[in-house]
Amino acid sequence: MDREAILKKFKPTLDNILYILHDLQDNNPQHYLDKNDIITCADYLNVPYSYVHSVASFYTMFSLKPRGRNIIRLCDSPPCHLMGSKSLIDYLKGTLNVNIGETTKDGMFTLETTSCLGVCGVAPAMMLNDEMFGNLTPEKVDSILGKRRKEI
Amino acid sequence: MNLVRNHVLISIDAGTIMAGARAVEKALVEEIAKQGLSDEIAVLETGSIGATGQGVVIVVYPEGVYYGHVTVEDVPQLVEEHLLKGRQVKKLLLTELPKQHVIRKEKTGLLKEQPRIVLRNSGIINPESIDEYIANEGYEATAKAFTLKPEGVIEEIKQSGLVGRGGAAFPTAMKWGFARKTPGDQKYIICNADEGEPGTFKDRLILEGDPHKLIEGMIIAGYAIGATKGFVYIRGEYSLSIERLEKAIAQARQYGLLGDNILESGFSFDLSVMKGAGAYVCGEETALIESLEGKRGHPRAKPPFPAVEGLWHKPTVVNNVETLANVPEIVQHGAAWFKGYGTEKCSGTKVFTIIGNVATPGLIEAEMGTTLRDIIYEYAGGIKEGKKFKGALVGGAAGAFLGPEMLDVRMDFVNLKEYAAVLGSGAILVMDENADIVDMLESVLHFFKHESCGHCVPCRLGTAQLVKIIERVADSKGTKGDIDKLVKISEVMRDTSFCPLGQSLNLPISSSLKYFRNEIFARIQ
Repeated sequence: MDREAILKKFKPTLDNILYILHDLQDNNPQHYLDKNDIITCADYLNVPYSYVHSVASFYTMFSLKPRGRNIIRLCDSPPCHLMGSKSLIDYLKGTLNVNIGETTKDGMFTLETTSCLGVCGVAPAMMLNDEMFGNLTPEKVDSILGKRRKEI
Repeated sequence: MNLVRNHVLISIDAGTIMAGARAVEKALVEEIAKQGLSDEIAVLETGSIGATGQGVVIVVYPEGVYYGHVTVEDVPQLVEEHLLKGRQVKKLLLTELPKQHVIRKEKTGLLKEQPRIVLRNSGIINPESIDEYIANEGYEATAKAFTLKPEGVIEEIKQSGLVGRGGAAFPTAMKWGFARKTPGDQKYIICNADEGEPGTFKDRLILEGDPHKLIEGMIIAGYAIGATKGFVYIRGEYSLSIERLEKAIAQARQYGLLGDNILESGFSFDLSVMKGAGAYVCGEETALIESLEGKRGHPRAKPPFPAVEGLWHKPTVVNNVETLANVPEIVQHGAAWFKGYGTEKCSGTKVFTIIGNVATPGLIEAEMGTTLRDIIYEYAGGIKEGKKFKGALVGGAAGAFLGPEMLDVRMDFVNLKEYAAVLGSGAILVMDENADIVDMLESVLHFFKHESCGHCVPCRLGTAQLVKIIERVADSKGTKGDIDKLVKISEVMRDTSFCPLGQSLNLPISSSLKYFRNEIFARIQ
């Protein structure tokens, strides 16, 4: 879908900005808001570029730099921390050879941490794109990532 | 509805979807058809039954038998044994479930003794069917509210003693009264479903399990304060909640329960869903309003309070999901009935999320004033693997650490305040003997550093300094002076931060020192 078609779904009022940014980001193959996304949104809502940038940079679900094809968001809030998320972060950093916020060389995965996902009953948990996974262990993470690699 | 021999309820919520509930549901329907039982057995989707971490959960009625950890491979056996031959499949039976009792409903299987007011329909009806909600007395409270004057509804809520369930425990009727009395051509009711307090997922399960209950609460609230428009601000990560609520709103519109002249009362009201984008601070009501207006979610200076000047400068009430879900029950059954639950000073029930090192983590609804010991040992099956209880973090990251000497404390908003603790959102993170308090405190402070919005200096700089210090202490490189600094900085933040985010950090720090002083001091040089 081109940007114009996305914008047309919403009235050009400021209260739609988060919806517009969500949709623009979902539509971007690199899962982020690029300069043109921000400019188009600003023009449509008739606000300065800086305004849209300030909103987009405030919320953690929006990224202003390119990301991989899959986004891993591992929860590091206290409940998951208690159940061992720290060792999983270290494991993921090692196995993917990236730091938090970075993308693997092949562009397959971006590793992020997130605040509580609200699935604490199965901590430690993570999201892979829109899907939740819980009761994680290094072995389980390996199998989830391996499966995803094969699917693409 | 066709008359069928058995109803098979399958819990479809974020947790069970993770465990493969959709695939199991599909397999069930196919297998039942294959066995030629489609006319006799109905498979129904429902919300969470409250137990999490039990894999895919299904319940077979009328027997009320619960099965857990069901996989696609188990389906043929389950259908053949239980549904065809009437024999229970022992290996899949769920025996460790929290106690539950559904008010004015038959006792259901293993779930006993939970007074369910807010969750009365969760895990029992199909959340995607307005007919099932109506069949369970749904929208009767709306009709009843319209027979009262708006002031009468507010009076009933006032008599019930209902206070905000999001954590602040502000009297709901008082908020409504302010908004009612403030003159304005347009007023708004907002539901705060931006559930972000670590360890809390009660609002998600209410939204996933019984979305019409929230809609009904909002219609009544709108009627009481004179608002014709409502918004539900939901976390962007809660995709199933958003989907189910949008569906429920569409159904309610179709039935004339939202829109113009609802039930020919002359009252018109409509609802929209707003999707957040990941910011803990937006759980603060004025930050949430800013976000709804399409801005960065920075909190506003108070006063003016939202009830006087809120969304687009109009009188606005912001209530938590659980608060609003209590409203239809109170209106329908009366304040006196509601006061029959809980304690004298704090009426009703509270939905707790009990997690961490417990045998059966999950969601329970218990009377206000239930002891921490009962919640952990009666409802959550005690500590995992028979270990010892060390402590609990109650109320989320913005909550308080409690030690073993507090096990018999009564959990309600009023009582916990006397112990310098909070009930907060109702999250109870239980830690066993192996937990490291310094490590947990470090995690809490990291959370706040990440979520500080940067608007005010004490919080922006304070959280960064606190993290540096606690990291030093965790590395066994801290000094006694560092502990003093932790306390001092958090006290300054409590007294000078702009919003509750920065103000609340003192609590986890001071409470951890109160109950685990020796352990923390053992880590410093």
